[in-house]
Formats: sequence, structure tokens, C-alpha cells
Amino acid sequence: MKIIVCVSLVPDSTTKVKISGNGMSIDENGVSYILNPYDEFAVEEALQLREKNGGEVIAVSFGTDKAKEAIKKAFQMGADKGVLIKTESADFDSFSAAKNLADYIGSQSPDLVLMGKQSIDFDGLLLPSMISEMTGMPSTSVVVKLDVNGTSITAEREIEGGKEVLQLSMPAIIGVQKGINEPRYPNLKSIMAAKSKPIEEISATYNGNIVKTVEMKLPPAKSAGKIFSNGKDDVAELVKLLREEAKVI
Amino acid sequence: MPNKILAFAELKEGNFKNSAFEVVSEASKLSRECACGMTVLTIGDINQEQADKLAHYGPLKLTAVGLNDLNSKGGSADLKYSPTSFAKVISKFAEKENADVIVMSATALGKELSGRVAVSTGSAVFNDCISLQVSDGKITASRPVYAGKSIVTINTDSPKIVITIRPNVFKPVKTDGGNVELTVLSPDELGITASDFGVVVKEVVVSSEKLDVAEADRIVSGGRGLKAPENFSLVEDLAAAIGAATGASRAVVDAGWRPHSEQVGQTGKTVSPSLYIACGISGAIQHLAGMSSSKCIVAINKDKDAPIFQVANYGIVGDVFEILPALTDEMKRVVSQ
Repeated sequence: MKIIVCVSLVPDSTTKVKISGNGMSIDENGVSYILNPYDEFAVEEALQLREKNGGEVIAVSFGTDKAKEAIKKAFQMGADKGVLIKTESADFDSFSAAKNLADYIGSQSPDLVLMGKQSIDFDGLLLPSMISEMTGMPSTSVVVKLDVNGTSITAEREIEGGKEVLQLSMPAIIGVQKGINEPRYPNLKSIMAAKSKPIEEISATYNGNIVKTVEMKLPPAKSAGKIFSNGKDDVAELVKLLREEAKVI
Repeated sequence: MPNKILAFAELKEGNFKNSAFEVVSEASKLSRECACGMTVLTIGDINQEQADKLAHYGPLKLTAVGLNDLNSKGGSADLKYSPTSFAKVISKFAEKENADVIVMSATALGKELSGRVAVSTGSAVFNDCISLQVSDGKITASRPVYAGKSIVTINTDSPKIVITIRPNVFKPVKTDGGNVELTVLSPDELGITASDFGVVVKEVVVSSEKLDVAEADRIVSGGRGLKAPENFSLVEDLAAAIGAATGASRAVVDAGWRPHSEQVGQTGKTVSPSLYIACGISGAIQHLAGMSSSKCIVAINKDKDAPIFQVANYGIVGDVFEILPALTDEMKRVVSQ
């Protein structure tokens, strides 16, 4: 089974965001980067499928040189090969990422493509469905359970207040959600093995953005709230304020 | 300058979702500001009486493609619906109507369809927007990134745009209203065939009748301060008293106390309800990212220095085990008045 896992490098979720001087992106000073948490679930799922069915797991990332860190993390978990689709600028939109990944996926004839349902930086949630339309491979996302049976896939996907059970045929693209598995921690052996694995670099097939960033800013600061400290004796006053001042009850 | 705006109104069990009114209202506002036409599309079997529920935002042209009619093209008896066929219907209908701006809600379905429709119609996509502005006929959108830790303003030179708007953020604004002219369209007229059913939903499992945090206008969330999973009944009681959904912090989800579908934060759901009550949640940065755009935040925590109080509009420093039952009783009393 040939499995491609799309991975990306994102700021750690504990990052306190500051805006850079150009007013268009975040200030990267002091930010630590991690493998996108949802992509970790995708790598884990790929590894489990490989362990069951044999085959290989290829971690691919679209981005600048820096994105190699995401591929290295996938190596540490146990991915077999790594490919960087290299772009010069970190400023790309979902269409550009989808197009480059779709071109690569189309050239590789994988059985399955896995990725996180979203990256926790731009939160686009668009890649599985965009790549699906571009490659003609069926896709679904926000998947919490995946059953592969021959060339048929049954996937459970989270929706508001419930789940959908979907049927797709392979090759297919799956965006995974937290809860699908418990990602493994790399052990020393796999961390050492990862060091010698080469990352293949290929050039981006498409450069350009359809969606343009005009400005990035912090959300408006909140003014200080009314905080009471008498425990349950303040409950009546709180409810009164919620009703009369905030008008939310 | 757009030519025509297409609003996709989502149905649930034959009725318009709340988000459908938000979409129709916002599309109607955009069409006035852009001085362009507007039309509404839905997929489902609806009658004039249901269509008239959009009359506050009228006069409107509403086209319905019947779900049974559509699914009959899929050739599978146990098919609930197919997102690929929905995307094709929207794309083909936009083409037929010469609509260049498509607006839908950033629901599970809307998020699934927006990327497909954008690619198949050659449109730019503005996903999960929290505000839209029109200037000189050009649409600019704001959307949260880094789970709301920052906000980007985006635009495009593309004449075609697919926009999804975050549920609960755009309040429907009723206008003078008018007739809703309902037309039922056959999927044949949009060229739908069996090949459009590449992804099929066989079964929809409703996990409970509870509200989902992503759609709720009020949320009561609990964290580590509740000390044990069984104590979440206090959170559930308060939620029930005010018709709220229940949410949870990452810590208690990772501990297995609550399902991850309830997790609010950067690796959970990003929410913007009118009222968010955080109980026993200290307010880790990744949690704050997911909820700080809520309109009114109430924090209850025993630690007066907890970061949650920095984003709270109101707060009580104290013991959740004493405060929550009292708050539930008081809410019940006030709500019943």
C-alpha cells in the first residue's frame, strides 16, 4: 500500500502571536515550530495501515526549506520517504498548496492520501476537498474512524452533533480529526534512523496566490471585566448583569 | 463588481438551519451594497410554506433541487446524500444563473463543499469569515487565523469568489420582506449523473439531541477545576437551564473525561457564541484562542490570577462546586420570569 501523508510545520499552539513589522504576517521571532498536530494523527494512521498491509509511507510537505522540519518529525515517527515541494515564499494560499500537492499526488499514483483536517495556522480546512476536485480522487475530512477493506473505505466523519458514515473507493484522500488514534512518541532508535533519511526536493509546479492578504492584526483588546470575589453570594448580581447590562440572558 | 450573488441555504431534516438565515441575510446585504442580483439555492424537498420562512429577507427567488430527485441519480438505495453531488449542483447552478459570488455557512457541510465548488468554478475562496466589507464593488473579508490569535483581512482579483461565513457571527437582519418565489429544479437540468456521486454518506448518526458547540449561541464549558468526570453534571445542569451547549478544555478531553467533539481551543473548535461560561478553566493560551471572540465571557475559577479572567467580561473568583448550583438555580428563576 502506497500512502502519501501531507504534513506542514506550524507555530506551537502555546505561541503568543505578535504581528510582524509589515503588518501582513506573524512575527516569527521566538516562535517554536511543530508538526501540525492534526498531521500527527495522519502520520500515525498511515503507519498503522502500513504495519497491517505492508507498503510505504511518504511524507510530503509544500513550503520553504523550513518545512523539512515537519518531514523530519514524520521520519522520527516512522515514515519511509520524505519529499519537499519547494516554494520560495511562505506566503501562499490554500489553492496554491492544493495545486502543488495535487500535481505531486497525481504523479505518484498512491493508494491513499492522508492529512490533518486543517493546519492550526491558517485553519483553512480546504485541502482535502480541493485536492479531491483537482485529482478526481474522492475525499472526506474530519474523519475519526477509518476502515480500509480491499479497495473500499468506510470513514466516520464528525458533523455538528453527530457523525456521518461514508463510503469511498481507493485511491482516496482523507483528512483526519483528533480522536482517530493516539500518535506514537518517537523512540531513540527511530530518532537516530531519521537522521540519515534523505529528503527529496522538487520544485513547485504552481506559484501565485488567488487570495491576497491585505493586513494581519491582533483581535481587538478586551477591556477589563467585572470580577467578583465573594463566591456564590455574587451569583444574583452576576445574573442581573448578564440580563440587564450584557443582555445575553 | 459582482453580477449575481448565490446564497446556499442549508436544510436539516427539511427545515432551514439557523445558519441558512444568516447566509441569506448576509447575501442580501452584499447584493444591496454591490447593487447586483441575488438568488437562493437549497437542496431538499421543501414546500412553499417552508420557503416562506425566508420572506423576512425577501423578495427572493429560491430554487430547490429535491434531495430524493438528486439521490435517484446516484443509483444506490442506501444513500443519504453525496457531498460531491451537492458541490456539482451548486457549481452548475451558479453557472446557469451567471452567479459569481457564492455564499454559504462554514458548517461541516459548508466547509466540505466550499473547496470543491471553488475548484470546479475557478473561484477564490474566503473560508470561515467573520466580517465582509464592500468597497467600490469589491469584497474584502476578515477571517481568524491561528485559531483567532490574529485576524487577516483578505481580498482577491478573481471575479469569482466562494465565501463561507462562520455560524453565529452574522446575525440575520430582517428587512421589509417580500415574496419568496419557489422554483423546483430537476437535477437533469444541471447535468447531474451517476459519476457525480464519488463520495456518498450512507448513514448519519446523531450522537445525542444535544447542541453542538460549533453552532451554539450559548456555551457552558468545564475544565480541570471540576476535578472528576462525574462532576460535569454541574456544567450540564447549567447548560440545560439556559439552552446552552456543553464544551470542554483540552486537559479534560485528553484525560478522557469528555468527548473531543466538545473541545474548545486551537486543536478543538473555535467558537463565537453570545455567551460563553468557563467553569474551572484556567485559560491556557490555546483555549483562549478558541473562545475569546465570544461576545460575553463569564469565568468562574478559584484562582484569581487565572488567565481566563483577563478575557472575561464578568467573573466570580470562588469554588465552582458552590457557585455552579447557585448559578443554575438563579438562571432557572430568571429565565422562567
